[in-house]
Amino acid sequence: MKCGRNEMNESTINRPGARALHWFAVLTAVATFLLLGAGGLVTSHEAGMSVPDWPNSYGYNMFLFPPSQWMGGIFYEHTHRLWATVVGLMTTILAVWLCWKDARRWMKWLGVLAFLLVVAQGVLGGLRVVLKMDNLGAIHGVVGQTFFALMCAIALFTGGFWRAISEQKLNVPGPLRTMVLMTTILIFCQLILGSTMRAQHAGLSINTFPSAYGKIWPDTRPEAIARYNAQRIEVTNVNDITAFQVILQMVHRIFALGILISVILCAVQAWRLLGIRDTLTKFAFFWLGLITVQIGLGAATIWSNKAADVATAHVLVGALSLVTGALWCIIAFGRSARVPAAQTEAFGAFGTLAGNK
Amino acid sequence: MINFLATVNVFSSALLIGVLTATSLSRAADIIGAITLTGTPPAEIPYTQLMEDSTCGQMYDTAPTTHFYVVGKNGELGDVTVYLKDASGNDITGKSTGASAPAVVLDQKGCLYTPQILAFQTGQTLTIRNSDQCIHNVDVVSKVIGHTPEGKPITQNTQHNDGQMPGGADLHYTFDKPEMFLKFQCDVHPWMFAWASVFDNPYFAISGADGKFVIKNVPPGKYTLVAAHRKLGEQTQTVEVADKDVTENFTFAVK
Repeated sequence: MKCGRNEMNESTINRPGARALHWFAVLTAVATFLLLGAGGLVTSHEAGMSVPDWPNSYGYNMFLFPPSQWMGGIFYEHTHRLWATVVGLMTTILAVWLCWKDARRWMKWLGVLAFLLVVAQGVLGGLRVVLKMDNLGAIHGVVGQTFFALMCAIALFTGGFWRAISEQKLNVPGPLRTMVLMTTILIFCQLILGSTMRAQHAGLSINTFPSAYGKIWPDTRPEAIARYNAQRIEVTNVNDITAFQVILQMVHRIFALGILISVILCAVQAWRLLGIRDTLTKFAFFWLGLITVQIGLGAATIWSNKAADVATAHVLVGALSLVTGALWCIIAFGRSARVPAAQTEAFGAFGTLAGNK
Repeated sequence: MINFLATVNVFSSALLIGVLTATSLSRAADIIGAITLTGTPPAEIPYTQLMEDSTCGQMYDTAPTTHFYVVGKNGELGDVTVYLKDASGNDITGKSTGASAPAVVLDQKGCLYTPQILAFQTGQTLTIRNSDQCIHNVDVVSKVIGHTPEGKPITQNTQHNDGQMPGGADLHYTFDKPEMFLKFQCDVHPWMFAWASVFDNPYFAISGADGKFVIKNVPPGKYTLVAAHRKLGEQTQTVEVADKDVTENFTFAVK
């Protein structure tokens, strides 16, 4: 992959090609979103180890593994692997395409980063199986969501929307940008917490909501934990719960409340400072809607005793919440960038300014 | 002559009595007992996922349920692992006869593990069988006791994860270290799980559906008798074994 070339003659730029690249980036982001869903189903069904080998599947080349054998947990794990190869291939094509056609050096490097990340993600997933390391599963979950945010950013940067907002040159007040950035970081931390919880493979460490075992803060003494374990009847092969896992879920709940308050403040401030018709204000209210749905799904995950589809929807809406915050920040910081007018144009797709390096 | 014969008779009788007494004093005895449960355990849950599975569901008319609490009409508690520690409460090690003991079988039948609670010795062969017409994977999850500098978990026993095709050959495992409730699970069918306890001695038993257990051939001495249930935790009693069988009962309570 040759990424050193960062100039492009005007004659090589053609708008249909730009649109094709943009839509391919969007398609890759959508495929990544579906892959997140497939991965979420694997963990939700406790099927991560159902195919014991990697990269083979029960000794078969993974592409030749007979569909008649895709039963039970194997279906979720194997289709996740196959779909991951599709996303890996699409990401590789996208990276090459960016290096080849996009004049912006930083976009080329974003393509390279995406390629490296998708490779690392595949290896992480494989090692998680081969080494039986739950911790790698948690990292795999976080990297997957980070990768999705990156793919959405690439889709944004290659589109006309990005050029249009750059041309607006409307400043977004610094405190608002900082507030949204901090909220997005908070969501990312929440995502790490969630991924860690799922990688514990312990089911619901607290099975009541909004109370926690009938209290605001649950008893985490050893005798209480023993009592919780004695009372719960597991229908899947989850581990016993520990005090650490109970506390982890409580922290997850507190973070959720903090994020909700923070996003409400962001939306109100955006409305106040940018006006209701501003794209970023609308985006902020969309974000608030997502967070509200996400909290509802979190509660539903508990009330449904962690039904696989509900828990997976919780993962997906979490990913969308992260991406929404991240894109809001990118748009706000991009719009407010104090750059010369000539270089501002370079934010547009396909580097209409060859000198932007 | 008569006197001589009488003397020999007395001598042989005394010798016989001495030998018998000595044998009797060092004779191993059994520890027997019964385990009961007081209180009402949580209701077991039907395996709805099993019934929804196209292969496994065909094997049942009604959904089998979980069986964490195997309780009889009068509170007899089954599936309790009863074993011995020394008088100080330490594990009894180095006494395994597992290498010469017959293999223990863990069967995958009807998309469930049979039995769900089992025990065997270090070095004893555990045979895992697939009696079903579908794939299972045998995922052995041992207790994590530390981590390598690279973050890889160090486990009490070697972990396994092996696929087993329908009609495939039995798997044979041995485990080197004692471990309570070593977990076996199938990730293809996530409702399948079993727990095995590994002991470095032959002094253990699993209570039956009638709540009764027998630990055979225990050498004389003082011990700590432990009863461990997956959900209800552990109870201990001090026990002294001499030349007669000893009876010790346990009562667990649902809290």
